[in-house]
Amino acid sequence: MNELIPALLRGLWITVQATFGAFALACALGLILAILRRARIKWVSVPMVWLIEFIRTTPLVVQAVFMWMALPRLIGMPLSALTVGILSLGLHYSAYLSEVYRSGIEGVPRGQWEAAVALNFSPAQKWLRIILPQAIPPVLPVMGNYLIVMFKEVPVLMAITLGEMLLAANSYIASTFADGIVPYSLVALFFLAVSYPSSLLVRLMERRLNRQRGTQYGNRIRNRRSRIRGERTV
Amino acid sequence: MIEVYFEKIVPLMLRGVPMTVLLMLYGTLLAAVLSFVFGLARLSRFAAVRGTASVLVELIRGTSLIVQLFWIYYALPHLGVELPKLPAAVIAIGVNYGAYGSEIVRSAILAVPREQREAAIALNFNSYQRMRHIIVPQALPRMLPPFGNLQVELLKGTALAYFIGLGEVFYRTMTQLNYYLYLLVPIFTGLLVIYFALSQLVLLLYRWAERRLAAGRM
Amino acid sequence: MEIGFEIVEVGSVVNEPYEGGGKLSMHMHAVPLAETAAERGSVRPMVRFRNIRKSFGELEVLKGVDLDILPGEKVAVIGPSGSGKTTLGRLLMTLEEPTSGTIEVDGEYLWHMEKRGKLVRADEKHLHRMRSKIGMVFQHFNLFPHMTILRNVTEAPIRVLRMRRNEAERLALEMLDKVGLADKRDNYPSQLSGGEKQRVAIARALVMKPQVMIFDEVTSALDPELVGEVLAVIKEIAADGKMTMLLITHEMEFARDVADRVIFIADGRIVEQGPPSRIFTQPESERLQSFLGRFRAYRAGR
Repeated sequence: MNELIPALLRGLWITVQATFGAFALACALGLILAILRRARIKWVSVPMVWLIEFIRTTPLVVQAVFMWMALPRLIGMPLSALTVGILSLGLHYSAYLSEVYRSGIEGVPRGQWEAAVALNFSPAQKWLRIILPQAIPPVLPVMGNYLIVMFKEVPVLMAITLGEMLLAANSYIASTFADGIVPYSLVALFFLAVSYPSSLLVRLMERRLNRQRGTQYGNRIRNRRSRIRGERTV
Repeated sequence: MIEVYFEKIVPLMLRGVPMTVLLMLYGTLLAAVLSFVFGLARLSRFAAVRGTASVLVELIRGTSLIVQLFWIYYALPHLGVELPKLPAAVIAIGVNYGAYGSEIVRSAILAVPREQREAAIALNFNSYQRMRHIIVPQALPRMLPPFGNLQVELLKGTALAYFIGLGEVFYRTMTQLNYYLYLLVPIFTGLLVIYFALSQLVLLLYRWAERRLAAGRM
Repeated sequence: MEIGFEIVEVGSVVNEPYEGGGKLSMHMHAVPLAETAAERGSVRPMVRFRNIRKSFGELEVLKGVDLDILPGEKVAVIGPSGSGKTTLGRLLMTLEEPTSGTIEVDGEYLWHMEKRGKLVRADEKHLHRMRSKIGMVFQHFNLFPHMTILRNVTEAPIRVLRMRRNEAERLALEMLDKVGLADKRDNYPSQLSGGEKQRVAIARALVMKPQVMIFDEVTSALDPELVGEVLAVIKEIAADGKMTMLLITHEMEFARDVADRVIFIADGRIVEQGPPSRIFTQPESERLQSFLGRFRAYRAGR
């Protein structure tokens, strides 16, 4: 017991690092995927649609093990489990986040696009100054949801020896010959202790956003959420 | 190399597909039942039923599927409940996705206009008949698309059974991998393609079911 | 005079503490029901609202309504929107529960029942039995979108009355024929016009053979050119004479043609009532005069 809890806390810290690292990657990559997906050139947009679909509908654990084994060979140098964990988790959820961005972008009224053209903004200016500032705030709660979903997915990365909580519990069990009840229950409790309050926070954020912007805007947000393909809840 | 891949490895991987599909089907069945049980319980008139269901659902959703799987397969035997691999995986997957599915059922039922319930009361349907014949049939088409997505998630979740050594497609592949490390990339690509194909099949079935349900009504 | 013994019993215990949580006893009449019915020296009313109050949160929409409707009587309820007239119908259909007061249908309490000498809130079983006497047609039709027209009409007889399917279909087609829509039997509601939908809704309610039928602003959601066909159907049913009808309506001419009595509700109270011939020609209260005046001005302007 005296060793278990510190070990789990270390595992929790690694879990948090992996979650935020992967979330940052997923946010950036997801945005790129979402914008490429809207490209007028069919040669770009169609493969993007299938790439996103492919990443989204195949298991994270397979993708992670694949990258864990193939990436070091490919680039000719060893990579840490945390690096590969962040890369694979981030890549996997970039597919989900691209759908979130898409729904946000599609929710921006057409007049805004036309205004950007009329004012002769460059493409970069159009996205950064006009479209994204309107597209992202309404989907922030959904993005928050995914942060929690990703947090709960991290233990899958024990398959690539990432020292998160479940692996820590396993090592503890192996070294002390303890039965699994207490360690695994504690892991579950730790997850619950982080993810449940966080999900309450996200729900609060969502309600506040809906209220702040008035009902009409709130409806628009709700409509947008219903359009997110393959959305997962927490 | 190509011969080895297609004549030896691919058949070996494909031999795991039936177990993956079986796990998915049993898991889906359990998840579907629990979705309705939890979903309806969370809409119950009785606060105690509502509360219990909500707490259970939050407990399940707040912890990870893989942690639940470990708990059921590695911890539960110490409490005297020893489950074989397949039932353990089915229970973990069914319970976990059932909790998520309950939210789908709940919100689809809440989305049926209140007036439909009132019309059913005016025609003197009892509460079971109202649910069974009026509300649920109207909520069902609304549930299908999110259920389709959830089932793809469930299919992906079956790969976690690898951790308890159940011989599904991922486990089968991993046990062969050491002999064919030089074929790493094609093997994993093939594995991902298998999952992708199964996912698309699932989504196709749901789209077909949606069209069937929508036929005539609109 | 058909005054049940049990009614006297129930009436005599109403001053007992009320177990249902409401403040029923305060607004209840202490006199036995039989006495008041006897005083009137007439038949027992089919529907009786007694000091009915209904609040939604802070807002009190009905502030003590007393109303008797005799068997076979056609009562039209008119009044400005927000006056509480729709709530009256919804209370009778058991869609809303009165905050206080009692409703009787056919000599029995609707929302209450006697249990060990005390008057308590009705349970689901009692409500189910009472609802078999009552039917309702809604403003927005509320047809079941997932069923064909025929199934919309047969579903309740089959499930609720346990009627055999072919028997239910025969009856349903008879009713659909009555409202002129037998040829739409295999269509879905979304393929019908508003007027047709409402006529199906009427057939659906009729097939349950209720003793009291509530028509809740059944033409308000219709395009003007479709109002006539629906009103014609209701007039025809009213002409049969047997059914007790509560017609909550905005159609003054319709109220005048069909109703035996018109009730004018404003601000949650019955302000004036009487035969249509008098209500529409010689309104006494100022409220009714201004309501009818505004209504005529609106009609003239249209």
